[in-house]
Amino acid sequence: MSDLKYKYFLRIADNAMILGQRLSEWCGHGPILEQDMALTNIALDQIGEARLLYQLISELFPEKGDEDKIAFTRDISAYYNCLLVEQPNGNFADTIARQYLFDSFNFHFHQALQNVDDQRIKEIGAKCLKEVTYHRRWSSEWIKRLALGTEVSHQKLQDAINKIWKYANECITPDALDNEAHANCLGPDINQVSSIVSEERAQLLDSVGITVPENTWFLSGGKTGSHSEYMGYVLAEMQYMQRAYPDMQW
Amino acid sequence: MVKVSVSNVYDILKTVCDPEIPVLSILDLGIVRDVKFNDDSLNITITPTYTGCPAMHMIEANILAALKNEGFENVNIITTLSPPWTTDWLTDSGKQKLKEYGIAPPQTTKRIETLLDDQDIICPRCNSLNTNKLSDFGSTACKAMYQCKDCLEPFDYFKCH
Ligand SMILES: [Zn+2]
Repeated sequence: MSDLKYKYFLRIADNAMILGQRLSEWCGHGPILEQDMALTNIALDQIGEARLLYQLISELFPEKGDEDKIAFTRDISAYYNCLLVEQPNGNFADTIARQYLFDSFNFHFHQALQNVDDQRIKEIGAKCLKEVTYHRRWSSEWIKRLALGTEVSHQKLQDAINKIWKYANECITPDALDNEAHANCLGPDINQVSSIVSEERAQLLDSVGITVPENTWFLSGGKTGSHSEYMGYVLAEMQYMQRAYPDMQW
Repeated sequence: MVKVSVSNVYDILKTVCDPEIPVLSILDLGIVRDVKFNDDSLNITITPTYTGCPAMHMIEANILAALKNEGFENVNIITTLSPPWTTDWLTDSGKQKLKEYGIAPPQTTKRIETLLDDQDIICPRCNSLNTNKLSDFGSTACKAMYQCKDCLEPFDYFKCH
């Protein structure tokens, strides 16, 4: 049970941390000032959630060290985020496609987290659900705006969806850890989350004329520590300070 | 420790401001959840507005400093997440102060779940309802950006949460 809890909570935390890190790369590079701020605000929320979870993990498993040690000193195979969140920012449409696919999962995941037994994860989930609700609204709006905007914006979003689609379903495909967590009332039933998310994605994308690739296969591995080639670069930048100056304090 | 009541403590907390919106006290903001004397210590329970809000550390430090200034040495600050903070906890006087400061106060009816925009945001400068959202996100986690189509001024909206 304790190993299950450690890994399962890390999975949720790492999704938030790595997506927060990716989004923060946009700081100062957004297409317009307002959206630069939106991207970094979402990054802040994600890192805020990651902190709450790393603090909880550190409290439950003091031998793992403090929140900084857990966040910044693990090796690549000990991060359990899904492949989707570590994908590069690309252009604005690529970022929106990644964000929407993740938000559609993350919203329903956090909602379902309200039905688990563990009080602590439930509390963090309830707090973050309010923020994730806002993220989902923002990324859904941008899906519509890009798809219904100009021919160019439509094409860019279509290309982005085509490119990232193979990473879309790892988060909604239950594996052994998800099932064990659900059996122990620690996590939601991912099959249930999956059907809601798939339907919602299909509905929104279809309503704005974006097609999803057919006969596709889905990549997975991040949830168990087998990452894409991009993850090493994310960690190299994210871990630099703690690696160069161990136990540093601001 | 001096003999004081909980209401004395609240009077002191009233002087501690939100560092990002200094017209609001932490009581206006609704983030002080409990004040309790425990033998020789004082426990203050607060809750964060947003999970990543960078002002929380400063608020904690300012609470401790304000209380120390009034002779309270043994103070514990406890952070709670549940129930999660909501803009419905903003006091009416807090909302009034926001408006005077140029920030449109949050609506009480929550519409964010519905994927709809917050509706009918009133311009804090000219009270016009003819306003337009520029961005869901603003200069701090708690705000969105709007513009008034009558007086043309852009303004912050303290968004529903
Ligand atoms: Zn106006």
